[in-house]
Amino acid sequence: MAKPADAAIERDVDRPWVGRSIERVEDAALLTGRGRFIDDLGTRPGTLYAAMLRSPHAHADILAIRTEAALKVAGVVAVLTGEDITALTSSLVVGVKAPVQCWPIAVGRVRYAGEAVAIVVATDRYVAEDGVDLIEVDYQVREAVIDPLKALSPDAVVLHDGFAGNVASDRSFRYGDPERAFAEAPHQISIAIKYPRNSCTPIETYGVVADYDAAEDAFDVLANFQGPFSIHAVISRALKVPGNRLRLRTPPDSGGSFGIKQGVFPYIVLIAAASRVVGRPVKWIEDRLEHLTASVSATNRATSIAAAVAADGKILALDWDQVEDCGAHLRAPEPATLYRMHGNLTGAYAIDNVAVRNRVVVTNKTPTGLNRGFGGPQVYFALERLLQRIAVELGLDPLEVIKRNLVPAGSFPYRTATGALLDSGDYQEAIARGVQGGGLAELKARRDAARAQGRLYGIGYTAVVEPSVSNMGYITTVLTAAERRKAGPKNGAQATATVALDPVGGITVHVASVPQGQGHRTVLSQVVADVFGVAPADVRVNTEIDTSKDAWSIASGNYASRFAAAVAGTAKLAAGRLAERLARVAASQLNIDFADVVFRGGRVGSKSNPDNSIAFTRLAALSHWSPGSLPDDVGNTLRETVFWTPPELAAPDDSDRVNSSLCHGFIFDFCGVEIDPVTLETKIDRYVTMHDCGTILHPGMVDGQIRGGFAQAIGAALYEEYAYAPDGSFLTGTLADYLLPTTMEVPEPTILHMETPSPFTPLGAKGVGEGNCMSTPVCIANAVADALGIKDITLPLAPARLAQIVRGDEPAAPAGGRAPVAPRAGGNDRKLRGEGSASVGAPPQQVWAMLLDPETLKSVIPGCERVDKISDTHFRAEVTLGIGPVTGRYRADVKLSDLDPPRAVTLGGTAEGALGFGGGEGRITLAPDSNGGTTMTYVYEAAIGGKVASIGGRLLDGATRVIIGRFFTALAATAGGKPVPSESWLTRLLRLIGWSR
Amino acid sequence: MTRLSSAQRHLVRFTLNGKPVQGEAEPRLLLTDFLRQTIGATGTHVGCEHGVCGACTITVDGELARACLTLAVQIDGCELRTVEGLAPAPDRLGVLQAAFRRNHALQCGFCTAGILMSLDHYLRAHPKPSEAEIRDLLSGHLCRCTGYTPIVQAALEAAAELAELSRSDHRDV
Ligand code: FES
Ligand code: FES
Repeated sequence: MAKPADAAIERDVDRPWVGRSIERVEDAALLTGRGRFIDDLGTRPGTLYAAMLRSPHAHADILAIRTEAALKVAGVVAVLTGEDITALTSSLVVGVKAPVQCWPIAVGRVRYAGEAVAIVVATDRYVAEDGVDLIEVDYQVREAVIDPLKALSPDAVVLHDGFAGNVASDRSFRYGDPERAFAEAPHQISIAIKYPRNSCTPIETYGVVADYDAAEDAFDVLANFQGPFSIHAVISRALKVPGNRLRLRTPPDSGGSFGIKQGVFPYIVLIAAASRVVGRPVKWIEDRLEHLTASVSATNRATSIAAAVAADGKILALDWDQVEDCGAHLRAPEPATLYRMHGNLTGAYAIDNVAVRNRVVVTNKTPTGLNRGFGGPQVYFALERLLQRIAVELGLDPLEVIKRNLVPAGSFPYRTATGALLDSGDYQEAIARGVQGGGLAELKARRDAARAQGRLYGIGYTAVVEPSVSNMGYITTVLTAAERRKAGPKNGAQATATVALDPVGGITVHVASVPQGQGHRTVLSQVVADVFGVAPADVRVNTEIDTSKDAWSIASGNYASRFAAAVAGTAKLAAGRLAERLARVAASQLNIDFADVVFRGGRVGSKSNPDNSIAFTRLAALSHWSPGSLPDDVGNTLRETVFWTPPELAAPDDSDRVNSSLCHGFIFDFCGVEIDPVTLETKIDRYVTMHDCGTILHPGMVDGQIRGGFAQAIGAALYEEYAYAPDGSFLTGTLADYLLPTTMEVPEPTILHMETPSPFTPLGAKGVGEGNCMSTPVCIANAVADALGIKDITLPLAPARLAQIVRGDEPAAPAGGRAPVAPRAGGNDRKLRGEGSASVGAPPQQVWAMLLDPETLKSVIPGCERVDKISDTHFRAEVTLGIGPVTGRYRADVKLSDLDPPRAVTLGGTAEGALGFGGGEGRITLAPDSNGGTTMTYVYEAAIGGKVASIGGRLLDGATRVIIGRFFTALAATAGGKPVPSESWLTRLLRLIGWSR
Repeated sequence: MTRLSSAQRHLVRFTLNGKPVQGEAEPRLLLTDFLRQTIGATGTHVGCEHGVCGACTITVDGELARACLTLAVQIDGCELRTVEGLAPAPDRLGVLQAAFRRNHALQCGFCTAGILMSLDHYLRAHPKPSEAEIRDLLSGHLCRCTGYTPIVQAALEAAAELAELSRSDHRDV
């Protein structure tokens, strides 16, 4: 735990500020409710609000969109559909060479559940949502493809005509001589894994305020976008304006991002276009259901990996086969997730021979994008599971296998087979310290003791290299060398920082780093304070970005853990340049040697004669008040902007080797887990994480990053998955369904450090924020594999999933059950089947007549607004019902068939509304009971999808029971009998209307 | 109970952090939107609007409430406390807030307001909480940045400090 910055430390002018855990300058405002997040900032008078209609289907053609009713709502100003957007904008650029388009809204066809279909712009959000509810869309549903491997199959449904099947890219790579290594190695060991979809889901959702100026054909956009600002070029191109007519600004505070807020950019295009249509500013704040369903997600990936292994466990070659699932569209910067780790496909190991096949597929799921770890979790889950399998299959200790393969100490900078230049490290030493400091011997004893008692206890290990500061050219590895030559070189990672001195000597720092809680302002104040010999409180830092005024470049933003390594270092360089000039001014003012000048304690003076000095503020102000008294060759000391890009980040070479990142930290983790033999719940007994992230700038924040990443990794390992039904319905649309770990689930890891400075960065720092998202999920999986002695492990390790692995599929439920059978999330069959019976206090003939009478139906169906009789056996109904937080209108189309009056009837039909859709069929039989009443028995089969499917079974089941209860009360009352609390054909009708699970 | 018309705005008068305030609200307006957009108290945050994340937690008549699951018209005549009312002075942090800053118990700060409100409320009634009790209390809040331990630590430190202070009869949480 960080110590309070006490007064004695504050006065210690000879100790650098960098490296101290000072209190954050950001915190006071955030702790008192004075943060300035996007939704806290005022808007221009007249600003309108947008809400979106989203697709309930994963894959369907849009036959018609009827917006008249929505437009009639008082306060609704405009409704935009795909047609409007295509008329106003250009398609978003796609990162591979293929004739496909990528629109931020559905155009003619929806390709994932939650895809925007229409935008309603109104005077406030409530009215806009009213408008959304009134839009009617006719869909023709297509089959959906959800699984990336199934998407590869030649008979899979195809999403885009411009790709070969569903394959957006297929590249093979070869480094060294993998074929020979495989042919000669005594062992070949392989594993196939499927990494699930998940997301680091910030607590603040997306927000955009866009304002179009028709006079200048220019957009002013405020969005909680996080970068990379290469996306600025994508947005301006889509909006059909040059870059200087897209002013993109960020709010002072952002409520977490973890990569996710890169994905706001398609909405920037939509809201900007909406503003252009209505001629007023338009604001949009995403809600949580939208965020979980359709913002963005990490990629899920199916990987087969094989190793050629010597008898002692030394890996001679790797063979990767990765199938990356980018969802329904390849949105910029995808397929970057697949290539971010390309230089690091050998992890922390010295492996000379590597074969790689990388395929990118599209499926009917939300398009993917940045997410903390970005490609690392997917790669390391495969690689580190493989290392564990090598140990198991060769009967070796897993840690020994890791150690045997590590990049040798003393060989840094080390070039990996696939092109990364590992900047610095001593992996062996880090492991030795981790083993020692983390108490591995004791943990092993705990395991042995637990096992001796028959408990399920396992230990897992991982060693990973954590890349940071991305090469802006790595993504071009997806192109062939020839394609790259044609497209022009892409490389580097421009970081920028500006340091300015004001007329009273105050220091202001601006960087284009766009933090979302990482404390950049505090760290920069430390870095710059050290250069000028002042206190951090003397330095004011601004980290917002305004592309029309600020220094920025395509690499600007907050991603790829680039702050400490690149941005903070660049601020140091900028301050250093000013300081050098100030030193020359001081030398002339104080009549001392330039080499004798020192910045210390708020003064600039002579090292050798401490009495000869001048206040920093006075010296700094000189350029403003008296430029004439500066030595001639000094230039200005007012402001300095530095752009810095490391030369090590070269473009991919002709043999596809790429130094994908500048810095490479090292992490060694191990953990002990115990699995409950009955519930199969995984409990983390101890977790140790050893980090070498180079020079540590602020220990408290580094540990904060590690803990935060670790907590998200616990979620990814044990709880979180963006779950889809086979029909593409999204099943985890609330935070009660997509389970983030809470205080009860996140243990405190033992965090250990070692500092091997990076020779490539100005401060010696490397990134640290993403590492545990890469190392922890697989470390836990390895421990579970060890505990249960199993090979195939899929995350998240929910008890039900482990039960399936350990005990096989659940046996079928005994026959004759009355309750509807709820589908298992992620199961193969989402059809709802049920049967049951109920008693009504009226004879069959009367019940029969009631079932066929529109007026009776209308009075007994809860929420029914009207029933139209199309024919004797065909009804249309409109129903408004609320379940939990969602109330919606449904249009139902019901047909009766196989009529056997008054004994039996089959009902079939479909229903559709803003909140979902349903369809099904069922048969009711009526039989007289001994009391002159009727016993109704029914069987049904139905399916629902859309929003209602996303909000969770608990809500749906409970709400359905309530609605059914209301129906029976009404039916019984109408029939003159007593209500019988049971289920009936209404279960089915409601199901048809989209109402239960 | 008065019946409200959905088509009309209704005057809602209440006390916010000790000061009387009022504003007009349609019956369907959420308290979160009312506080943030109508009253201008943006310290209370919205993370989910379905009662799970805890970011919108406030107290209504001394009881913890999710502002996102409350309608504005429901709080007519009530006493509300929000994060804006926690600090003893605009330029001074309360004991709990200072403990958060000291312990790096926040990163983006988006979840923080709700967590502070829950802890403030709890510590008033439970001056000597255990770590397990604090963890249990905070399990109704989601934080995506911190991994929670620093929050728990800050709460325990603040509790100890408050216990100290209460002996000298200060009660600024
Ligand atoms: S916004 Fe109220 S609990 Fe999440
Ligand atoms: S500090 Fe960011 S969500 Fe808690």
